[in-house]
Amino acid sequence: MKESYNRAKIMNHIMTIVFYIVAGFFLLLLVSFAGYVIIHGFEGFHISLLSFDRNGIGNQLFNTIYLVFLSLFVSVPIGVLAGIYMAEYAKKNAFTTFIRICIETLSSLPSIVVGLFGYLVFILMTGSKWNLMAGAMAVSILTLPLICTVTEDALKSLPKEYKDGSFGVGATHWQTIIHVLIPASMKRIMTGVILAAGRGFGEAAVLLYTAGMSTDINWTNWNLSSPSCPLNPFRPGETLALHIWSSRTEAIMPNAAQIANFSSAILMILVFAFSIGARILGSHFDSNSSSRKETKIDKEPVQTLLQSKY
Amino acid sequence: MFKNGMFQKEYLGRTIVTICGFFMIVLTFFIGIFLVYKGSGTFTKYGHSITEFLFSSEWDPADNFTGGGKVGAAIYIFGSISTCMLALCIATPFSIASAIFMTMISPKLGKRIYRPAVEIFVGIPSVVYGWIGLTILVPVIRDRMHQGFGFSVLAASIVLAVMIFPSITTVVADAIENVPKEYIEGSYALGSTRWQSIYRIIIPTAKTGVLTGVILGLARAFGEALAVAMVIGKMRAFPKNIFSPTSNLTAAITSDMGGAANGGEYNIALWTMALLLFVISLLFIFIVHFITRSGEKHA
Amino acid sequence: MRKMKRVLAVALAGVLVLSMVACSNKSSKEKDTETATTEETTSPDNSATEESEAPAATEASITGSITGSGSSALLPLAQDAADKFKATNPDVSITLNAGGSGEGLKQVAEGTVDIGNSDVEAEAKLEADQAKDLVDHKVCVITMAPIANKDVSEKVKSLTKEQLIGIFTGKTTNWKDVGGPDEAVVLVTRPETSGTRALFTKYALDGKEEASNASLETDDSGTLLQSVASQKGAIGYVALSYLVNNDTVGTIGIDGVEPTLENTYNGTYPVWGYEHMYTKGEAKDAAKAYIDYVMSDDYGSQMEALGYNVASKMTVTR
Repeated sequence: MKESYNRAKIMNHIMTIVFYIVAGFFLLLLVSFAGYVIIHGFEGFHISLLSFDRNGIGNQLFNTIYLVFLSLFVSVPIGVLAGIYMAEYAKKNAFTTFIRICIETLSSLPSIVVGLFGYLVFILMTGSKWNLMAGAMAVSILTLPLICTVTEDALKSLPKEYKDGSFGVGATHWQTIIHVLIPASMKRIMTGVILAAGRGFGEAAVLLYTAGMSTDINWTNWNLSSPSCPLNPFRPGETLALHIWSSRTEAIMPNAAQIANFSSAILMILVFAFSIGARILGSHFDSNSSSRKETKIDKEPVQTLLQSKY
Repeated sequence: MFKNGMFQKEYLGRTIVTICGFFMIVLTFFIGIFLVYKGSGTFTKYGHSITEFLFSSEWDPADNFTGGGKVGAAIYIFGSISTCMLALCIATPFSIASAIFMTMISPKLGKRIYRPAVEIFVGIPSVVYGWIGLTILVPVIRDRMHQGFGFSVLAASIVLAVMIFPSITTVVADAIENVPKEYIEGSYALGSTRWQSIYRIIIPTAKTGVLTGVILGLARAFGEALAVAMVIGKMRAFPKNIFSPTSNLTAAITSDMGGAANGGEYNIALWTMALLLFVISLLFIFIVHFITRSGEKHA
Repeated sequence: MRKMKRVLAVALAGVLVLSMVACSNKSSKEKDTETATTEETTSPDNSATEESEAPAATEASITGSITGSGSSALLPLAQDAADKFKATNPDVSITLNAGGSGEGLKQVAEGTVDIGNSDVEAEAKLEADQAKDLVDHKVCVITMAPIANKDVSEKVKSLTKEQLIGIFTGKTTNWKDVGGPDEAVVLVTRPETSGTRALFTKYALDGKEEASNASLETDDSGTLLQSVASQKGAIGYVALSYLVNNDTVGTIGIDGVEPTLENTYNGTYPVWGYEHMYTKGEAKDAAKAYIDYVMSDDYGSQMEALGYNVASKMTVTR
């Protein structure tokens, strides 16, 4: 009896050590991965890398931010409204389950499939050339389910008293939503939007056939309908993520590798900034609503994963 | 529309959000229908059979409208499956171990450092992983291990494994946290060590979550395009071993879709591949739903 | 909340404005490529404001956008010409991509791009009814060279055609069989839609198909060059334009003839072809001005520095 007890204790200690090693190894791996990308990218940093012509990534950086902004413009209204529907108006029937399945499907589509769909619908069927707007709409197909899920969770985790109090003073359901519930859950929705933006930055396969792989803008041209104007959403535009890909495939510039490294570093920093920003925002204002752990028990783990990032 | 009547106060809003809710269904259906429409052309317009597409390894579609080529996509399907399976084998044990670490062994450290780190890594763009794989992993395999091309199934699997590791870890950690505290306390009360509690009680109870995480990781690995295309070598042959290059569904679509004439046999065959990817991701979702529902029945 | 409503209203207005701009822009872009009249009516406005800023040009500044894609062999020239063209016409936006000749032809036939660059004739890759709409502009001549990794090219300076065919069809698997080091042959090639591959197959391999199931396929010439440079025992093919400032790989002669510009001019080196810039229908406005510039004598004198042959200097024709 004592033997098996000792054996169990030894096993416990061994496994604890194993776990520490494994976890430590992977943490180290991830951290060194990030560190390598960022440091290597900034090696030999030349201010010309940030320039706005072919040798620098300034244009691509602008395109990336502009494209994500455009896609949020499309997906946030629809996503928030759909989330409101799911949280407040949808009854618990098979139809709602069906919507849920559709949301999960949209969120887990391979990005190349969404890119092809975008190519088919936004480029071929409208007869236009590659443009940022098509890319933005394709990216919004991917961010839409995320924002919808986040809104739904945010609304559902509000204390019931908010709604009761509002009904008590005679507001209709819709008025309650607009004037009470949405403002109360605004912080969590913003967190979700920031996460969606983070995801949008990293998208490449989606944009391969929708927004094009090259960029030529003239910063002195502010004629909105001209194709070389930076703010024209109907011009082709290459984003940072795609720039890494095209630096590898087209690679005629002598410093292609360096540009790819630098683009990777900038992308990493952008994504980190947005993720960390979302966390800080989330934890700062989470005091009123229930803790994260409580909310998770309501949903399946699937929803959690879809919420953070796919 | 009366200014302050019920319509303005309630029904307008309700209609708008209902439309948005339905929009999700409409969008999903749209995508599905388009893919089916385009992808089924291989079978209807050019008269190939599904068995040929799935099981034949002769890929030589004609880049014109008359057809007559071969559309055996078995090489690509095998490439996708093998890289993803290998990636899962690499990532899953480490994921589970890390999840256990985060929740059971060292929860304080886990919550403050490990979990945020992992969740942030879920968001890293896949092209970055692919680029690092290309610049570091491929030369290592080629030069240090002296194994031929460097571009290989192994390289692709490692890249995928690093990519899906954070995803699986997050889901498994959630599942472990959801195990009721009474189970764990009961186990301790009976005198078991922490390790015994873990492998006897927690893992079996969190089995549903673990399986869900694994399937979701698999789904993500399956759909990954650019990162894999950079390191897999794109050789149109079955890999001889894990060190040989091959190709997979997503890399084939990425490389060839631009050049194939729209509506020609080659083009439609690539759409069929996209349809296959769509069907597989639908399948994964159904499996996940099935697992969670049967898990709830047991719990 | 009233603030909320105001925000929503502003957002909606923004969407409306954007969509109006979009519609007007899309319609004007479509008209760009279809009729010339709309361009004439809009360009005087633009050029009037622009001419005061741009340095004194002998012609009116051209505006518009040109998108081009296709041959990766032609891409360095297209981009260099674009840079020089924009120096005198800063208002034109030119976006260029590679992707392979097949992609360029397909996209120009579909109307997704204005100019399709190709190393081969349109009829070779497109259906007859798609190809008949395309107008060809032969801008230069391109030479394709077999390249190999440095450790191979140091020993193997030239291969006979039979040896070359043997290597590319997979019959010869080790370099020592042809006088090189004892290394496995690594084939690095291009996809079937590539014009570079088509030219090489036709003139260097006498039409024999490569062993598709034993070669690494790379998307563009740039990647091919990088792969050959980094793989021991690698052999591939690329346009001379990629070798101009690049000594990371070595070239291999065919039947004792080095792939150089002179050997193509005097006809001793066989692997060459015309570079085509296709437009759907006659080239218009900005695209026409750009193509005219590329085919002008002024630019022709600069082509050779980039590794391209000038068409007028060829002593043999095809």
